[in-house]
This record gives sequence, C-alpha cells and structure tokens, in this order.
Amino acid sequence: MGTIIAIAVAALLVLWVISRYNKLIRLRNQTTNGWKQIDVQLKRRHDLIPNLVNTVKGQMEFERETLESVIQARNSALNPKGVADAAEKENILTGALSKLFALVENYPQLRSNENVKQLQEELTSTENKIAFARQFYNDIATKFNTATQMFPGNIIANMFGFKAAELFEITVLTEREVPKVDLSFKKQK
Amino acid sequence: MGFFDRKRNLYEQQLHNKRLTIVVMAGFILFLGLLGFGFDMIMLDFFPMGTIIALALGAGTAMWSYNSGAVSVMRSTNAYPADPNNPDHRQLINVVDEMTIASGIPRPKIYIVPDKAPNAFATGKNPEDGYVAVTEGLLETLNREELQAVIAHEIAHIRNYDIRLMTIVAALVGAILLLAMMSRRMMWFGGGRRSGGGGRGGGGPVMIIVLVLWLIGIILAPIIANMMAMMVSRKREYLADATAAELTRNPNGLINALHKISGSFVKPKAIHRDAAHLCISDPFHLKREQRTGFMSDLFSTHPPINKRVEALRNMAYQYEQKQKKGEVGAG
Repeated sequence: MGTIIAIAVAALLVLWVISRYNKLIRLRNQTTNGWKQIDVQLKRRHDLIPNLVNTVKGQMEFERETLESVIQARNSALNPKGVADAAEKENILTGALSKLFALVENYPQLRSNENVKQLQEELTSTENKIAFARQFYNDIATKFNTATQMFPGNIIANMFGFKAAELFEITVLTEREVPKVDLSFKKQK
Repeated sequence: MGFFDRKRNLYEQQLHNKRLTIVVMAGFILFLGLLGFGFDMIMLDFFPMGTIIALALGAGTAMWSYNSGAVSVMRSTNAYPADPNNPDHRQLINVVDEMTIASGIPRPKIYIVPDKAPNAFATGKNPEDGYVAVTEGLLETLNREELQAVIAHEIAHIRNYDIRLMTIVAALVGAILLLAMMSRRMMWFGGGRRSGGGGRGGGGPVMIIVLVLWLIGIILAPIIANMMAMMVSRKREYLADATAAELTRNPNGLINALHKISGSFVKPKAIHRDAAHLCISDPFHLKREQRTGFMSDLFSTHPPINKRVEALRNMAYQYEQKQKKGEVGAG
C-alpha cells in the first residue's frame, strides 16, 4: 500500500513538473513570436520611409534638414544592438517622422496628393502596429517573467535555465505614454 | 442591485462576466430540461423521451448554427468582402490588423455591409474562424481613432469567444421557443385523452409542482428565454467594452464612437433582427438604449449607452491614475 502511494505521489510530481515546463516553453515561444511581430512592423516602417521621402522631396526642398534627419534616423535604426537599443533608435525615428508629417501640413499640394495620403495611412497604421506589437510583446514577456520568477515556477525555471525576457521599454519617463499617432488628414468629424 | 452596479476595474469585470455567463448557460440547459421533463411527466407515461428530445433539439440547433451560422448571417446582411485597393477599406483593413496584433488573434475575415446606419458586428466559430463586419455608414461617420475603438470591441467579442457563445445562445432560444410551441399544441390534443385515462393521474404533490412549473414554463418560455439571452448579451457588451479599452489603451475613442453610433437617426436596412444581438449597438432600440430603468434593462440586447460610457469613463480614470504612478509603462 505504502509503495503504491509513493509511486502515485512520484508520478503526480513528474506530471506537475512536465506541465509547468510546458507552460514555460509555451510562454517563451509566445514571447519570441511577439518580438518577431515587432520586427516585422519595424522592417515595414523602414521600407516605407524611403518611399515617403522620395514622394515629398520635390515639393519640400526647403525642409532638407528634416528629410535628412528622417533618413538618418531610419538608417541608424536598421542595425540595433539588442532590445533596449532598438527601442531608443525607433523612438528617435518616431520623433523625426512626426516632425515631417507636421511640416507636410503646410504644403497643400502634398496634402491632397493621393500617393502621399496612401503612404500616410500606411505609415500611421505601421506606427500603430509597432505600438500594439510592443504592447502585446511586453504583456506576454511580463507574463513569462512572472511565471519564471514566482514560486514554485522559479524552481522549474532554474532547473531548465529559463532566462527573463527583456522588455521593449522607453526609458525617458515623459515618453511612457503609448504614442497614438494619427498622421492622416482625415478631419476630426 | 448592488451586485450589478458595483464599480469594477478591467480585470474584475472580465472575471465577473465569465462567471455570470456560466450561470446563465446552466440556466438555459435547466430550462430546456424542465420543459422536456414536464412533458414526460404529464403527457407521456415513459420518462426520458421528452427530456431527450428537448436536449437533443437544443444540442442540434446549437451545433447547426455553430457550423453555418456565420455564413448565413453574412448572407442575410448582403455583406461583401473589404477591398484592399479602396482607400477607405484599406484603412479598415489596417485598423483590423492593428487590433489583431494588439490582441494576438489571427486576422478575421473583413466584410462591409451596404447600410448607411453606422454599426458593426462580429461572428464566427472561434478566433481562427472569425468575421468582422462594419456598415458603410460606420466608415463614413467615424474617424480613425473611433473606428479603431469599434474594431477593438468586435475583436474583443472574437477573442473572448462571445461570437460562439452568442451564436449558441441564439440557437438555444430558438429551440426553447420551438419546444414551448410544440408543448402547447400537444397539450390541446393530448390533454383530453390523459384526463380520461386516469392511470397514474394526480401522482402526489411533486407532480403538481412539476405540472405548475411546466405550465408556467411553456407559457412564459418566449419571455424567459429572451430575457436570459439578453442578459448574456448585455454582460458580454460590458466585457467587450472593457477588453477594447484594454487593447487600445484608449477608452475615450470608444466613448466617442458609442455617442456617434447611438446618436444616428438612420434606420438600418440591411441588418435584420436576427443579427441585432451581434451589433456593437442595438440597431432597433436606439431610443431605449438611452434610457435606464428596470424594464428597459431586462429587454435590451445591449446595456444603455450612458451606462456603458460611465463604465468606460471609470476605466479611463483608473488608467490615468495607473499611468501617473508609472504602473503602466510603454504598454
């Protein structure tokens, strides 16, 4: 009788470890996938920017400085070193872009240009997608981190060498708000 | 009414709604069972037939609409797929993509309903097979931020499995109505024969209670079934509002959108009554939604707009507080 109980307890323990381990694996995969989602959107943004600059260049000769700063920010964001660096560089790019769009407002011909309008919608959407992908990534990464740090999950995490995921954070406090960009000209109805 | 009116934060709200839904679903099954069981007790002399038929009817209709409900709703509203080359549709597709990223579900199929009344609904089996439909009027009325909020609400219905629940609840209501109608017919035919036979008649106080409950049941079935359905639906709306606010981190977008949608005087043409419970705002009871009160509470598919707005304002406030404390970071 005693041995049966001992075997049952051992079996339950093994099952528990397996289910915990699988949960951590699932969360880690979701986290990695979440990061890839951000990457996809960042790449799309990097691809869209040269198009936009080329489309508005002719009309905006006097804003060369702004255009150059956008291109520069875009190029330096292409090769980030790690999550924190990527977050910072993308942030600079966001700033440069919103400055450019604010300037476009001064050029009626650009504002009514179908091409520019479409590019703006695409970039607006990409900006939002980046923000939401980041939001999703941070949520799921936090969940993963909590699961690896809380008792008894931390035992399993240590046993199998799970490391905490880095959050995609903005370090400057004033920039904590998720930027809700609406670059389109659609009038507020 | 403290239980219903208590102020809740986002996560409490979700938990509460999920629990309540289980209770209501159990109520539906009990109700179907009671109708069948009473039928057995009173009409037939062998027990399980009516009960089995009742439960099978419920299960059957639920299965059927689970499998083909979404397609038939789309067909009934004349919806057509969004076109990526049309700038307005393009924006809708982008907004839907944004919200699928925020919620982590696959992109649903996107449809446009040829209707000038602003409204939107979601349907489908599960997040892998979801449908989002918006009316042409909605695209014309809302700005990007508001559109995003409405889509977030619909995506929330998909992610929370409301689309499945609402489809099944609608089917169960249908089954109850059908069964109650059949029972009433049978009673006129079978009643005489039964009182003449007398074999097991008047089987004690339990029988009488069952008989009374059953009679009340079949008479009130349409009202009770609808009330239960509306209750599930209303709770789901609050939950979807809460989830939408969580996804967009912007409760104000939805507040503005709800005001615009409920303030519209355009009558819907393409959306019929069978799809009304799916919509973001009840298309047929715009006036009622702006009232509050016990009766209008009981018989609406949606909570009154001002109650929803109040709940959202509450969330907006809590969110701002959190943000000030730095608990909600880059999001």
